[in-house]
Amino acid sequence: MASVAYNLMKFFRSSSNQTAEAAPPQKLSRRSSGVGEIARVLNSQEGLCVLDVGATSANNIRFFTDKGHKNYSEDLLRSSLDPALRVQDGSGNLVIDSKKFLDDNLVYKNGQFDIVLCWNLPDYMEENLVKPTIDRLWSVMKPGGLLLAFFHTRDAGPDSTCYRYHVTGTDMLDMQEVRFALPGRPASEKTSPRLQRVFNNRHIENLFRDFASIKFFLARDNIREVLVVR
Amino acid sequence: MDAPQTNELATIGKTVVVKGEISGSEDLYVDGEVEGSIDLRNNSLTVGPNGKVKASINAKSVVIQGKVEGSLTASDRLDLRKSAIVTGDVTTQRIAIEEGAFLKGKVDIQKEVGKGTASS
Repeated sequence: MASVAYNLMKFFRSSSNQTAEAAPPQKLSRRSSGVGEIARVLNSQEGLCVLDVGATSANNIRFFTDKGHKNYSEDLLRSSLDPALRVQDGSGNLVIDSKKFLDDNLVYKNGQFDIVLCWNLPDYMEENLVKPTIDRLWSVMKPGGLLLAFFHTRDAGPDSTCYRYHVTGTDMLDMQEVRFALPGRPASEKTSPRLQRVFNNRHIENLFRDFASIKFFLARDNIREVLVVR
Repeated sequence: MDAPQTNELATIGKTVVVKGEISGSEDLYVDGEVEGSIDLRNNSLTVGPNGKVKASINAKSVVIQGKVEGSLTASDRLDLRKSAIVTGDVTTQRIAIEEGAFLKGKVDIQKEVGKGTASS
């Protein structure tokens, strides 16, 4: 019977950099057509309701609130690693309880959000959470609301770095590698999430089939940006 | 009329568990468990790395290194250190979040917190 720790470790790349108190990851930059479109909306309207489901970013919180928008923050990838979500199925395998995950996360009233920043969540999240999470996001978004997600292409490779993203108000994004300690592990033992899958275009279209429209932007760094309208 | 401030620091140590309402006019350091509410309108609250607070919090400035679940109002400043895990809506004038901190909830930045101004 697989242990909870084993099941959690498969989500992380091995790393030799597990020394205490490592310096904060270096910030890199990339141009993002999807973020450029979102930034135009954020800069032209006030009082929008924004949901950021990436790693907690003080930068993003300050940016949205300085613009007069309401900001909600949920690090869904980290939340999905909660050992309490893992249950045994009929065959004795440990699986994640997607119902419990959605009971504990993304608990908002329907039609609340104008903008949802999904970043690279679907690529790094456990398989059976992805579709239920996207369906929940659909229900908590306002009609006409925008959702931005990033998907790796096949050329990206299985060891693609998981980044957290910081908006700048333009089409440039700052990025930092995501590293965090597994639940129950010392804070100094940080590892990086591992790319779980590569979606093809058909899979992505199927994932967002309940949305009104979908737009793809292909970037040079093996990332497909997807901007969908609720 | 505001309660007079003191420079003393009250401490709830890491083995102490408190259930109920805590209020006061001095700074408080919590490294144990608190369930209920914490009201330090003109003073500071620090939740230490071992602290587990399941309460509504109202203080002038708040520093979090441990775990907090509940609504949090810091009329002056909120500081989340890298080991902070905060679940709940926060309202403050200024916020600082260290790399590694976890926040789940709404962030409401208000220029005049707790002085009768409607939230944005």
